Amino acid sequence: MEWSRKDLVSIAELSAEEILTVLDVSATFKEINRREIKKVPTLRGKTVVLLFYEPSTRTRLSFELAAKRLSADTVALSVSGSSFLKGETIMDAAMNVMAMIPDCIVIRYPYAGLPARLARELSCSVINAGDGAHEHPTQALLDLCSMRERFGRLAGLHVAMVGDIAHSRVARSNVYALKKVGARVSVVAPKTLLPQDISTWGVEVWHEFDPVVKDADVLMMLRVQKERMDEQCFPDEREYAHFYGLDRRRVDMMKPGAVIMHPGPVNRGVEITHEAADGSRSIILNQVENGVAVRMALLYLCLGGSADDR
Amino acid sequence: MIVKGGRLIDPASGRDALADIVIAGGRIEGIFPPGKAKGGGGETIDATGLWVLPGLIDMHAHLREPGQEYKEDIASGSAAAAAGGITTVVCMANTDPVNDNPTVTRSIIDRARAVGLARVLPAGAITMGLEGRRLAEMGLMKRSGIVAVSDDGRPVEDASVLRRALEYASTFGLPVILHSEDKSLAGKGVMNEGPLSARLGLPGIPAAAEEAMVCRDLAVARYAKTPVHITHVSTGGALAAIGACKETSLGMTCDVTPHHLLLTEEALSAYDTVFKVNPPLRTEKDRLALIEGIRNGTVDCIATDHAPHAADEKALDFDLAPFGVIGFQTLLPAIMKIHLEHDIPFMRLLACVTTNPARILGIEGGVLFEGARADLVLFDPKAVWTLTEDRVLSKSKNSPFLGWQFTGKVVRTLLEGRTVHVAD
Repeated sequence: MEWSRKDLVSIAELSAEEILTVLDVSATFKEINRREIKKVPTLRGKTVVLLFYEPSTRTRLSFELAAKRLSADTVALSVSGSSFLKGETIMDAAMNVMAMIPDCIVIRYPYAGLPARLARELSCSVINAGDGAHEHPTQALLDLCSMRERFGRLAGLHVAMVGDIAHSRVARSNVYALKKVGARVSVVAPKTLLPQDISTWGVEVWHEFDPVVKDADVLMMLRVQKERMDEQCFPDEREYAHFYGLDRRRVDMMKPGAVIMHPGPVNRGVEITHEAADGSRSIILNQVENGVAVRMALLYLCLGGSADDR
Repeated sequence: MIVKGGRLIDPASGRDALADIVIAGGRIEGIFPPGKAKGGGGETIDATGLWVLPGLIDMHAHLREPGQEYKEDIASGSAAAAAGGITTVVCMANTDPVNDNPTVTRSIIDRARAVGLARVLPAGAITMGLEGRRLAEMGLMKRSGIVAVSDDGRPVEDASVLRRALEYASTFGLPVILHSEDKSLAGKGVMNEGPLSARLGLPGIPAAAEEAMVCRDLAVARYAKTPVHITHVSTGGALAAIGACKETSLGMTCDVTPHHLLLTEEALSAYDTVFKVNPPLRTEKDRLALIEGIRNGTVDCIATDHAPHAADEKALDFDLAPFGVIGFQTLLPAIMKIHLEHDIPFMRLLACVTTNPARILGIEGGVLFEGARADLVLFDPKAVWTLTEDRVLSKSKNSPFLGWQFTGKVVRTLLEGRTVHVAD
């Protein structure tokens, strides 16, 4: 199909067809990443600016490698939360970057809504690398890519997301994406970590983990932030791990062929034990590998590289 | 001066008829059937085809002076009020310094008199520095001219401080205006909590944050045997709680804002910070409940909560931008819109910005009869116009209604018989 977007702000705005297009294109880039010479000239002469206003290692590295392997020039800027809030507003900063005429801005930002605003106001491509508790669309796409690779399909898969659904942009993007492609989605969490209106999301809601462990094809364990404990969303890590952590006992209950995913970084011993994270069911590192290919696909599609160059 | 041929609409007397109004010495000297006026030398104002209304009273506004004159000052705020047909403005105490002492009160009143475009009546703080701990000098501030007390922008969190404040304020005959919000429930919220906040990834303010505090405030007020006025009610639940104790003799009252009457949270879907207000824009169900409250009398007043913020401040991220919209120049057009779209008698809506606030505040004004101060608005009910930024007289342009087309326009405003605004 034709790709007509210059930006990727959210999964909510994508059609199922667009999602599947990204996954198809990703597969071809994955092959390039495994070559001896991991570089194609597709985006030669294009400039990609990575603006990271929140700490990130893997997402930033993944985007940077993706751009470099397509021969784009990259500049990565990491700005700490406290310094950018003083003086210059984020729109000032964005307009200054824009004045240097980049072809693409990849933005990670602690508050929801900025990528949408940049996409509206800037003429270059804008790719959302995570905004507040809103969306993290490339993470969802790489997750779907990894699931499809493992199972050969997405429709009808039972995917269970476990943990902090309320504050997680990864969960939001994944719920939208999985529903669009026809997967069955369950969320598992205490009520304090679910949005108050979860009943309107069209997902199965579970407060008990064990029944879901036995039935799901994919267990996606979400990172638990320590600050949620301070907000009284759960009493302590021990209790959380007992009710919602993935340990050996639960791994042994999983269906044959079922897999474990985690968007990282992993809190070992809290939402997942090392046996589960490092065991044979874990496809956590496949997710990371696919992340580069998916981001290459998006840069390629949004920046309008031609099919021949690929 | 004589205002001839207009349709006089006065909620206090229930009069709705063509009339000539003779004004002398800043007061209404007489009201006569058309063509029968006696006296009234000087200027003749032709009000044919216009409605003649009492000057409006806005019991909730922020004029930002002293301290934040880059957002608004008494001069620009008064000009905007006059352009909106508002002749009396109650300005909240959250200035810098806070209006918690008679010196600040005096300075606001003196400045407003020098400007002379609107009658500015300050609300004093309930507590020193709006901190919710020690009572402000309510008695002395009253002597300097405050007409009410309010810690607006914040709730009085400590219930025992609230109790004492209610008892003390009523000793001096001062109405208490409460911003009822449970801060612990509202948390870092920036919009109504619900499916939309979950989709946008913005922290939510639950309806319960308002409803819980309204219930507490009403319970404390009942116990202290004093009335309270709850300002900017935004949820159906909060309004129901207020409605339920309307029948007590204490006279619990409330106001709603035009933006809560005309907008819902749906306006936020593009993260436009102009729609960031506190309390937040709620659901359509809430909006209709507020409109129903006007129809059935549970809502006493409509007040703008005019809250100017500079463009730089509103340009911040949704999480960081300040709460508030301006509202003076759209108050009457908004009322007209509600009248036309919801079939609520104009007279009832008009009472919400004239007689009702006058009664609650215990002030003169909001009426058109012989001997009353000649504060009046000439309103063209048929004029169709669009709000554009260049029409906004406030220093800040953060109106949620920019680009809206309204029916009904303020043509002229008189303050004590003086013309303080004429539409171009």
